[in-house]
Amino acid sequence: MKLIEVKNCYKVYNNGVTAVADLNVIIDKGEFVFVIGASGSGKSTFIKMLYREEKPSNGKVFVGGVNVAKLRNSKVFKLRRKIGIVFQDFKLLPKLTVYENVAFALEAIGLHTKDIRPKVIKALENVGLKDKMRSFPNQLSGGEQQRVCIARAIVNEPKLLICDEPTGNLDPDISKEIVGILDKINKELGTTIIMATHDRDIVNKMKKRVLLLENGVLAGDDKKGSYIVHESN
Amino acid sequence: MKAIRILIRGIRDAFKSVVRNFSLSTAAITCSSITLILVAVAMIISYNVKNITQDLEKELTIVAYIKNSGTNENINTLKASLDAMENVENYKFKSKEEWKLEMKTYSDTFSTALEYLETNPLLDSFTITVKDVTSLKETTEEIRKFEFVSSADYGEGIAENLVTAFDVIEKVTLVLVLALVLVTAFLIGNTIKLTIFSRKSEIEIMRLVGSSNISIRLPFLFEGLFLGILGSIVPILVTIYGYVLLYDHFNGYLFTQILRMTEPFNFILYVSMLLLIIGAVIGMVGSYHAVRKYLKI
Ligand SMILES: Nc1ncnc2c1ncn2[C@@H]1O[C@H](COP(=O)(O)OP(=O)(O)OP(=O)(O)O)[C@@H](O)[C@H]1O
Ligand SMILES: [Mg+2]
Repeated sequence: MKLIEVKNCYKVYNNGVTAVADLNVIIDKGEFVFVIGASGSGKSTFIKMLYREEKPSNGKVFVGGVNVAKLRNSKVFKLRRKIGIVFQDFKLLPKLTVYENVAFALEAIGLHTKDIRPKVIKALENVGLKDKMRSFPNQLSGGEQQRVCIARAIVNEPKLLICDEPTGNLDPDISKEIVGILDKINKELGTTIIMATHDRDIVNKMKKRVLLLENGVLAGDDKKGSYIVHESN
Repeated sequence: MKAIRILIRGIRDAFKSVVRNFSLSTAAITCSSITLILVAVAMIISYNVKNITQDLEKELTIVAYIKNSGTNENINTLKASLDAMENVENYKFKSKEEWKLEMKTYSDTFSTALEYLETNPLLDSFTITVKDVTSLKETTEEIRKFEFVSSADYGEGIAENLVTAFDVIEKVTLVLVLALVLVTAFLIGNTIKLTIFSRKSEIEIMRLVGSSNISIRLPFLFEGLFLGILGSIVPILVTIYGYVLLYDHFNGYLFTQILRMTEPFNFILYVSMLLLIIGAVIGMVGSYHAVRKYLKI
């Protein structure tokens, strides 16, 4: 069952830069996919088109059967509710506790307070941070902060979890831990995961599907890919 | 249910934000208070002026006398012309016989004096009220043009000048108030703009997790509404206490017996309601503008 289908997709920014060119990709439900490529190769652009932060200049991008290229601005929020998103910079609210930060995602979409609590607890359990739920972000390590972000991204049980260099700011051991959590979410909850990364060790170790972008063009798509192979050219 | 939660959340966030940005909110509230006080003063003045003018206008009539030589045709001609004149509200014709009868009732001396005369020395007359007092003069002159009209006059002087003066006052205050309303809406908009900037990361996350546009925007719209409403509290109190004090102080008359003030109740309640509404609208307009401009969704 395919969750994502990108067809003949182009993205040309206003300044004339072609960030993505003639991209064709199908991603099935439950897959774990790495997106790799040099800096400026279009990884973030590809990801942004999936959650309709950017509109393709041309082509189709189906997410859950909906062509998000055609989605009106006023309807984007419906798409976002089905997608969890994690970034390199954590985007946590410093004045809210861990619990409140995760609950924020549910409050923001109008859930009832009594429905929020069990979901937040469950999400925090999934990332192993239940005992830190009263801490504030500045009392946490980088890895812990990123786990809070993951909890916030999965708290509404999305079908798709998109991560743009989630380990970019973390040291190797912590990075492995984060990817381990993502892998667990992928296996236990069946969430489809797309992760853009520069981290060779992780890609090589995980043996997942790897999409390689070069100057906006899909230069490789390996079922059990590794980073080194593509880096050599 | 969900709509209500979004609404409550919007109100709560707006309230928090007003408190959190205390100094900014205070500036916006003060500005809208000042504006609304002026609006109140303008409303009170113009409403009173309108009443006084109406009172005065009732007094302002043209009285035209027909020459003794005037015929019935002449009278009919004048009636027809008065009917045709745009500014004429209505008129009353009183023949010299009617005058005579009326005179007789005034005093016995008159009555006997009139009996001795062979011809009636009185004149037929028209009492004319006009629609627009400011062109009273023109209308009078038009009536004077008929050669069978002996005279046509109105109570020239203070009354007319007052009416014109009031007219000018009203226009000046209107312009002033409009300018202030714009400034206030701008200031409230600016406050909202700064709140939007200060909550940038919160808005970003809301967008990422799929808040609907309305629930992202609502707190800011409410914030503008609150600022406007809070700004109307002092003006409302000033209006209620101020006007009642003023009315009592002058015993309901301004300087002379002709200038009767409008009675405080329900007048000030009506003004207060309007102030509240104007405050709310100014706040909404200001914040709506800021949200449209700075909260891109
Ligand atoms: N908003 C934008 N406006 C104009 N050009 C942009 C914009 N965003 C990205 N680009 C350009 O598009 C190209 C692809 O950028 P993108 O951010 O997708 O690369 P990336 O693979 O994510 O890089 P990195 O690994 O450094 O994050 C780059 O040349 C970049 O300069
Ligand atoms: Mg990037």
